[in-house]
Amino acid sequence: MLNQYETVFIATPVLSESQMKEAVAKFKKIITDSKGEIVYEEDWGLKKLAYPIQKKSTGFYHLIEFRAEPDLIAKLETEYRRDERIIRFLTMKMEKYAVVYAEKKRARKSAEQKQEKE
Amino acid sequence: MAQDNSEIRYLTPPTVEIKKKKYCRFRKSRIKYIDYKDPEFLKKFLNEQGKILPRRLTGTSLKFQRKIAVAIKRARHLALLPYVTDMLK
Repeated sequence: MLNQYETVFIATPVLSESQMKEAVAKFKKIITDSKGEIVYEEDWGLKKLAYPIQKKSTGFYHLIEFRAEPDLIAKLETEYRRDERIIRFLTMKMEKYAVVYAEKKRARKSAEQKQEKE
Repeated sequence: MAQDNSEIRYLTPPTVEIKKKKYCRFRKSRIKYIDYKDPEFLKKFLNEQGKILPRRLTGTSLKFQRKIAVAIKRARHLALLPYVTDMLK
């Protein structure tokens, strides 16, 4: 059974741009290696945290939306826990309305980008 | 006694408050999913200390109150919203 999931993680702000890209690539590889299919990803960049986590007040946010078997989640989360660069993560199973919402949001965004280009 | 009561006259007539009917904004605008990634929207359901407002104040239906609560808790976990604070607004 394939489910659609959404995962957001916060990486430490001490990373450089390339280190951050490498971390993202690592987690994407974990997903694709276990036959997961990445639907969408979004980089929120460096954001201020609402409260300090591990004495840090900012963090790199990254969101990945993917379809995968439920077994993958445990694997992904242990990898998150092992990785020192990740200070916080959240994985959520998307219910049907969440999927519709995400698609609509994406459609709106791409439409806006098109308008800007014109 | 009843007559006495009716004879009371007020200098300014007592204003009878007309209660505005509360409604569930999610039901009304047919929102089905509450996004935890949008802290600005979720702030409408928090007080200044960052606590979740009760249903009796916001008028949200039970179904969506539960969803709001989950969304707010997710946002707090990801440090998009604070757990404790003062002067949020």
